[in-house]
Amino acid sequence: MSVESVFPRLEPLLHAVQKPIQYVGGELNSTVKEWDEATVRWALMYPDAYEVGLPNQGVQILYEILNELPGTLAERTYAVWPDLEALMREHGVPQFTVDGHRPVRAFDVLGVSFSTELGYTNLLTALDLAGIPLYAADRGDDDPIVLAGGHAAFNPEPIADFLDAAVLGDGEQIAIAISEVVREWKAEGAPGGRDEVLMRLASTGGVYVPKFYDVEYHPDGRIKRVAPNRSGVPWRVSKHTVMDLDEWPYPKKPLVPLAETVHERFSVEIFRGCTRGCRFCQAGMITRPVRERSVTTIGDMVEAGIKESGFNEVGLLSLSSADHSEIAEVTKGLADRYEGGNVSLSLPSTRVDAFNIDLANELSRNGRRSGLTFAPEGGSERLRKVINKMVTEEDLIRTVTAAYGQGWRQVKLYFMCGLPTETDEDVLGIADLAKKVIKAGREATGSRDVRCTVSIGGFVPKPHTPFQWASQCDHQTVDARLKKLRDALRSDKEFGKAIGYRYHDGQPSIVEGLLSRGDRRVGGVIKAVWESGGRFDGWSEHFSYQRWMSCAEQALSGLPVDVDWYTVRERDEVEVLPWDHLDAGLDREWLWQDWQDAVSGGEVEDCRWTPCYDCGVCPTMGTEIQIGPTGRKLLPLTVV
Amino acid sequence: MVQRLRVRYAKRGRLRFTSHRDISRAVERAVRRAGIPVGFSAGFSPHPKISYAGAAPTGVASEAEYLEIGVVTTYDPERLRADLDSSLPPGLDVLDVVEARVGSLADRLESSVWELRLPGAEPADVTPAVERFLAEDRVEVERLTKKGLRRFDAREAVVALTVHESADAAAGREPGRPCAILRMVVRHVTPAVRPDDVLTGLRRVAEFAPPSPPEVTRLAQGPLDVRTGATADPLDLDRDVRGGEPGPAVRLVDDHK
Repeated sequence: MSVESVFPRLEPLLHAVQKPIQYVGGELNSTVKEWDEATVRWALMYPDAYEVGLPNQGVQILYEILNELPGTLAERTYAVWPDLEALMREHGVPQFTVDGHRPVRAFDVLGVSFSTELGYTNLLTALDLAGIPLYAADRGDDDPIVLAGGHAAFNPEPIADFLDAAVLGDGEQIAIAISEVVREWKAEGAPGGRDEVLMRLASTGGVYVPKFYDVEYHPDGRIKRVAPNRSGVPWRVSKHTVMDLDEWPYPKKPLVPLAETVHERFSVEIFRGCTRGCRFCQAGMITRPVRERSVTTIGDMVEAGIKESGFNEVGLLSLSSADHSEIAEVTKGLADRYEGGNVSLSLPSTRVDAFNIDLANELSRNGRRSGLTFAPEGGSERLRKVINKMVTEEDLIRTVTAAYGQGWRQVKLYFMCGLPTETDEDVLGIADLAKKVIKAGREATGSRDVRCTVSIGGFVPKPHTPFQWASQCDHQTVDARLKKLRDALRSDKEFGKAIGYRYHDGQPSIVEGLLSRGDRRVGGVIKAVWESGGRFDGWSEHFSYQRWMSCAEQALSGLPVDVDWYTVRERDEVEVLPWDHLDAGLDREWLWQDWQDAVSGGEVEDCRWTPCYDCGVCPTMGTEIQIGPTGRKLLPLTVV
Repeated sequence: MVQRLRVRYAKRGRLRFTSHRDISRAVERAVRRAGIPVGFSAGFSPHPKISYAGAAPTGVASEAEYLEIGVVTTYDPERLRADLDSSLPPGLDVLDVVEARVGSLADRLESSVWELRLPGAEPADVTPAVERFLAEDRVEVERLTKKGLRRFDAREAVVALTVHESADAAAGREPGRPCAILRMVVRHVTPAVRPDDVLTGLRRVAEFAPPSPPEVTRLAQGPLDVRTGATADPLDLDRDVRGGEPGPAVRLVDDHK
């Protein structure tokens, strides 16, 4: 049975909405396969606005890989803004994909990529607009399997009731495997309906099906245990790790939108994973071990990507890009290749201690010399030891001095507020650091024309990190510290005008904390917020702290838990955490020991360059560190 | 810059929802993909030498948008037409390219020919409203612009305004659904009088409102021939063959419909 495009019904509505081009599709390199030629059909969703979701690497990679599979098709769908949502409800237009404008409910799988928890309400909007029951338990055989992935899926419990399944880790291979399971099941005539296909997925050990697990609670609200409620379902579900990134050189054909998006560039992941061991960093914990892409594969991907897209900026992505074992060869090789060609390079994440001026010069050779950004994260040496961000003040001053000396005029510094053990003095240390940066810059340049911007965000303890047991700092304390820091920066006569200050208030972090470390009971809060109009919680103009708090009070009433219980409460070692049955490979005892070491100021080295300290990932996941140097070089492009 | 090329292109179908910013990004990328030797401005933040004249509003289709590209090595106009057209997404279609010879292209874009399809509207209902509108000397309308609510005359800039019956309805493509078509020639004035301003004017003078959102297409842009009231092809002045004698600009449209 073919499925009709809803575009003829959507088109008349587009005259009345903001930025209608985002709903139209037709991006360069997008794919619309014949519906009837595929047996497994995926709708891939990024649960935020098109302008944020389109550039997402995860969705683009899976879209390309799934569309390369014979018999499988994949289309994309994004959150629609409230103006279009209202019109779609009025005119009965369902949630649609931007590729074929097909109704999302007609697909076999709705795969949703959650980079952050703030997309949860947008998931509910999409399900509701699609005509898919919100609760997995209410879905029938005609509804798609609603499958979550992305970093937030490492604790999907707050949205467990809305999901049929979740997968942890790298998506390339597991997406193909899921397609195969669904294909076989459909080819057999879909025996046993929905439960059977979910059972087949769950029994692989690589797909988490929340409804096959029951959660029991202690009278005081803590979790007693999480256990499978039927045989054949594993006690723990493991994450997926793609080894040898050179075998998976995606995206090959980047999507090039007509609409403006947040990242207008061709991005290549130069490695996955990070073992620097920053204790606040969930990404660095759950993506271990480090797996580098080789310099030659990176070169090939950039060459093809630029040719296919026409982008004039290349982003070399990773969690800490300057740590690639051959970053100098990568940047010099690319800068040589594109000499004079108006293609610029950017390294979105660079550590102060891994940065050097040669690297910076290569980056700016063919393009603009934009600002440099570093993330010391903590304002004092003591606090940086607590979070294991082993960057010294000397490192920072030496690096910025060199940068200012080489012609940079603007340095951005990222910090967090509300870290475990933090005091007012630690945060005020940021002001001292910023002043020293400006002082060093003025000395290096002999000019007063140097600037430094301090950007600071609230810390949220995340699952699968050593801080998963920590108390989250309340928003009043965070706000008070941010204000003290602002006053300290502004009141300074000598340096104040040279230092910019960007911060967010502490309230959104509390909601993020509730969603990050929440359990299934938080699902009721999410639904209540959505019902009272909550949408686009990652956007300050749409986010309402008041709404979240009043809905939480209502949804959690009668339970022995509240928002504080989920956020500012410190957990002890034996408490069952909502995500303990989801295995990121990290040894729980190692995480606990690292948490204890944090409080006592003990540091951990990087296992790429020092012996293994048994975090547990490599042996339990059957993986290993894959780094260079390969010794290979990028050759100049031959002129055709 | 060794050569400047003047390009007429269309935005059609779904791509009428592109804004002028979307189009400039798409053109820059298409130029890069096609390897067209575009010139760059000097300085800290180099920009490609592409300039755009009088973009149609977001949501409005067009058969007559114009841009000018400066290249650093000579490029055959017909080759540029083919290369840029195949590099741009379908719906942004390059129709005509000439080498710039004289004057400014933007100065020649004195008027536009617009077509408004009004699905659900009977031509017989639209005609009296148009007659009322044309009988007035001034029709004041208001529109929210970037500078706030502005009040201006929508009548004087309208050189011609006629009502037609849809060929679709005649051919039975949408049986039972009438679709009146308005065609108008409007001079480019400040503030700009856009097709929706004329519709606002029809509502003001005769309380006529289209039953569903109008589908608007710019058919032509160019110098206004004051004798005939027609819009001429603005690229003719650059074309050798005619020696500067302007012809009608709507000519190309029917070839592409």
